[in-house]
Amino acid sequence: MNAVFFYDKTFDGLLSAVFQAYSTKRFPDRLLKVGDVAPMFIDERITVITDPDQAGRVWTGLLNKTDATVRNMLGYVWLSEISGSDELLFRYICKTFDSKHTVAWNFGDADVLELTKIARKVAHEALYIKQFVRFQKSADGIYVAPIHPEYNALPLTIAHFSDRFADQQWVIYDTKRKYGYYYNLHEAVEITLADDNNLLNGRLNDTAMDDDEKLFQQLWKSYFKAMAIKERLNPRLHRHNMPTRFWRYLTEKRI
Amino acid sequence: MWRQKNAYLCINMNEAVTEKLRVLAESAKYDVSCASSGTVRRNQSGGLGNTVGGMGICHSFTEDGRCISLLKIMLTNYCIYDCAYCINRRTNDIPRATLSVSELVELTIEFYRRNYIEGLFLSSGVVRNPDYTMERMVRVVKDLRTVHRFNGYIHLKSIPGCSEELIAEAGLYADRMSVNLEIPTEQNLKLLAPEKDHASVFAPMRYIQQGMLQSIEDRRKFRHTPRFVPAGQSTQMIVGVSPENDMQILTLSSALYKRSSMKRVYYSGFVPVNDYDKRLPTLTQAPLVRENRLYQADWLMRFYRFRADEIVDAQHPNLDIDIDPKLAWALRHPELFPVDVNTCDYLMLLRVPGIGVKSANLIVAARRYGRLNAEQLKKIGIVMKKAQYFITCRELPLLTVQEISPENVRKALSEPRKQKLLHNRQQLSLIFPD
Ligand code: SF4
Repeated sequence: MNAVFFYDKTFDGLLSAVFQAYSTKRFPDRLLKVGDVAPMFIDERITVITDPDQAGRVWTGLLNKTDATVRNMLGYVWLSEISGSDELLFRYICKTFDSKHTVAWNFGDADVLELTKIARKVAHEALYIKQFVRFQKSADGIYVAPIHPEYNALPLTIAHFSDRFADQQWVIYDTKRKYGYYYNLHEAVEITLADDNNLLNGRLNDTAMDDDEKLFQQLWKSYFKAMAIKERLNPRLHRHNMPTRFWRYLTEKRI
Repeated sequence: MWRQKNAYLCINMNEAVTEKLRVLAESAKYDVSCASSGTVRRNQSGGLGNTVGGMGICHSFTEDGRCISLLKIMLTNYCIYDCAYCINRRTNDIPRATLSVSELVELTIEFYRRNYIEGLFLSSGVVRNPDYTMERMVRVVKDLRTVHRFNGYIHLKSIPGCSEELIAEAGLYADRMSVNLEIPTEQNLKLLAPEKDHASVFAPMRYIQQGMLQSIEDRRKFRHTPRFVPAGQSTQMIVGVSPENDMQILTLSSALYKRSSMKRVYYSGFVPVNDYDKRLPTLTQAPLVRENRLYQADWLMRFYRFRADEIVDAQHPNLDIDIDPKLAWALRHPELFPVDVNTCDYLMLLRVPGIGVKSANLIVAARRYGRLNAEQLKKIGIVMKKAQYFITCRELPLLTVQEISPENVRKALSEPRKQKLLHNRQQLSLIFPD
């Protein structure tokens, strides 16, 4: 007997699916988005209606069975947007409910290990963002940075940037997912730009730039160049540390 | 406030500063310590910056693969001293420059605001005398903290021979301070740097240690006592410029680590400079492999609970170039292996070649759920290529160091020399001993 659940691909939807599975005792082999084509040889198709109430009850259940680290990991894996990661989450949550003790450390279990690994990748992507965001000061005094992360890790970095750059206005914009955050000296709010062409190539137009911006970019570039020890050049290690996919928006790597 | 600053900047920050920055960065880059770690400083009341705990953030990487986390720069590269191993020694005919206190402060802040850096790493050549130099450096960090309310990370390299009062003041503003030992024995230090001696290095180290302990003590009684060098101190030794062996170096390091304030000892393979100086060894290349092995040994002392005399001893005064120090230790002690990963205690797990701290923790956590097999160990991240000779577990053919002999394991695991030279820097950062 094969079953497919169709749901709306939201986190609440996923939790609702867990709720339904337990209340109907039918567990899905696949989780698909409403409207997706089901694979062949399916015996049962079930459409899950997202219900915040049910989702809330599942979450409360998780609060009782897991510690904060595990719940963070669940969030990270959700943000990975890796295909199949929702099915992994589903299985992991079921295993959590089905076992008497926490499964978090059972790395002999393939799902537990996989979940931990994906969570680690997303956490690393958040670190990459903290490392490689490069602000450019715009003419109106706002510090602007485009990014293009592989996983949707920007939300995980906002608290860090808000604390660190508390006395300057800034925007960090995910040009891949077309949304970002604007910090207005009090809080960071989510924004979407009607026109992000100015950001896409990674550099503000000269007219949009603060007068000193070019100078500081120049200073940073020449500092970066001066720091290299020519006798020890190691391009492979360089690319390992600073993957080429970030170069587009890195001031010091632009010609 | 910022608008005003910038107006002033436009006149000040120009071509000349670009050139000074270049010259002074060139002069500062050989100092290897870049770690901006160990402090958590929350942003205070809407000021600029914070420092994150644990590992500081690397914001960029040089093309030779080192982390750039701090603006590492000298206040000036003029120097009245003549240390043989240093490009800034007074005999050298190189471009010289000096940044003003305000230029340096502006550079730090503007770089920081753009997320280029975690903070400042300030060193300096000696002008006039140690105290005069140190005083100017203290002015920079004091300005950053008090006038600009800068909460980013500050590492201050203290000038050998400067007074206790200046260190006491600097310690209030710096997160970390360092005094570089440079040469492990005093006799060789005096030979290569006639103006320096070990007393001028150990005295400031002691002031820093005392200041730190004092402040910790005071903070117990009065919560608002300012913190003193909260991220502790570090030091550096140059490797391969003088004839000391690895045993001398590591014994000294382990003695230094006995002080609670000493957080890191850095080893810097001597990059051949000043080849006209006959006191220096003739090298074609920096001793990178040796530097790497020293870092691995240091790592073993700090995180794997090895003692210096277990890593090197009178019979093996130098680290093995072909294999890492943990493997070398294991091969000298075949009688302790193989161990059963499913039962042996944590400290022994840490000593198995191929098992790092992270995987040791995972193993201890996971084996409570049931015995682990080879496939699971591999997934957990242990390096089977090495570990297979030292462990027993389910489904592993019994071909351990006992059956094969240490010599043959050594042969199988030696890193081919040629490749090692090419990828050495990578090993340094990627493969700390597992
Ligand atoms: S005192 Fe410092 S800057 Fe001056 S020559 Fe010696 S090592 Fe170089």
